[in-house]
Amino acid sequence: MSERTVIDEASLPAFPRGVRLKHDEARAQWVILAPERMFVLDDIGLAIMQRVDGERMVSAIVDDLADAFQAPREQILGDVIGMLQGFADKGVLSA
Amino acid sequence: MTGNHPPPLALLAELTHRCPLRCPYCSNPLELSRRSAEMNTEEWLGLLDEAAGLGILQVHFSGGEPAARDDLEIMVEHAEQIGIYTNLITSGVLLDENRLKGLAAKGLQHVQLSFQGATPEIADRIGGYPGGHEKKLEIARIVGEIGLPLTVNAVMSRGNLHQLDAMIELAVGFGAQRLEIANVQYYGWGLLNRRALLPTRAQLDQATATVDAARERLKGVLVIDYVVPDYYARRPKSCMGGWGQRFLNINPEGRVLPCHAAETIPGLVFERVGDRPLGEIWRDGQAFTAFRGTGWMPEPCMSCDQREIDWGGCRCQAMAVAGRADVADPACELSPDHDKMLAIAAAEGSGDGADYVYRRIGGPAKR
Repeated sequence: MSERTVIDEASLPAFPRGVRLKHDEARAQWVILAPERMFVLDDIGLAIMQRVDGERMVSAIVDDLADAFQAPREQILGDVIGMLQGFADKGVLSA
Repeated sequence: MTGNHPPPLALLAELTHRCPLRCPYCSNPLELSRRSAEMNTEEWLGLLDEAAGLGILQVHFSGGEPAARDDLEIMVEHAEQIGIYTNLITSGVLLDENRLKGLAAKGLQHVQLSFQGATPEIADRIGGYPGGHEKKLEIARIVGEIGLPLTVNAVMSRGNLHQLDAMIELAVGFGAQRLEIANVQYYGWGLLNRRALLPTRAQLDQATATVDAARERLKGVLVIDYVVPDYYARRPKSCMGGWGQRFLNINPEGRVLPCHAAETIPGLVFERVGDRPLGEIWRDGQAFTAFRGTGWMPEPCMSCDQREIDWGGCRCQAMAVAGRADVADPACELSPDHDKMLAIAAAEGSGDGADYVYRRIGGPAKR
């Protein structure tokens, strides 16, 4: 990685090698496992990160969430890009 | 209250104390385990099964040098098969391309590779192992070629802090995802060598400025974690995320520890893998309940609004500096023992030369 990954609607987000989404049964929660770190997801975080599959662009993820939650697309877009950019800057998301 | 205490998140598996490097900062105990005392493959695999059953999510294979064990591959494969995320914490010097490819094929998720400096002259003097630095450069390159995520662990002390810029550049050049700039912590051999390792205040301030600038420059390219030496801190670290809260440490002989230095605290009872189910040892073992939560706390911790953030800091450091484990970490400026820590920093971080006492099995060599 030589440049910062900037997330926009046309980005194709994916979990890089060494990062995985996992259901943590013992604590009844979802987590992202990453090198020497883990991130606990809330319901919104989970809804977003479960749609990260390396095949759907950010725009498609936002459309899907806007439909699923009956919420304004612009608001969803801001939430999604904010979360994905945060994870990209932590090195746990590629695009 | 420990009855419904949540299970640990991560397991630190110290597979062995054997290591070709002789780093004087090593946090392993002065009395190192011998090969004949190590748990065998079946015992480690059984432990991993117990850990998965408890809900442990990550295992950090560590040591010593974990690659000194030729069954490392079996353990990585087993952990991944039962759903535990695997991380290898290594010096690199016993690895080669075949072994790295084999480990990756078994499912290894991440490699943390230590560096003792930016040049062979400095790094090999600290590591006490001629040729070590060159070997590490090769291993970092191979890890990158295989595509395994890499964290560079830059272990910093008075003898190499002037190379910090170059070490950051090394990590960028490797394409590492993370750089952990870890100022030496003073446990085990590191404590024994404190006078030779502790940086000066000026060195530390320079390093902090270097890290701040690098973080800004490398945002989104390289994640930099930075551990400052406690001796210059104002508030203690949240050691292990709280005693008995998140981590279990298993030493090479199978003793179940709340942290890797816990054996320096007198009066704790350490059970062994197999004595009882791991979950019971975690839940109500004497060593785990001794300092879990806030019930053990004296003032100034008990009435402090940070008590469930830093959990009173590090018990082993309280032991080492204040002489007892059940007091506030002297790194805290509110601790009545804080002035002892400042005095040590002033006296031992002065830059006066002291020779390294290199790590060895059998205890420190007589000088």
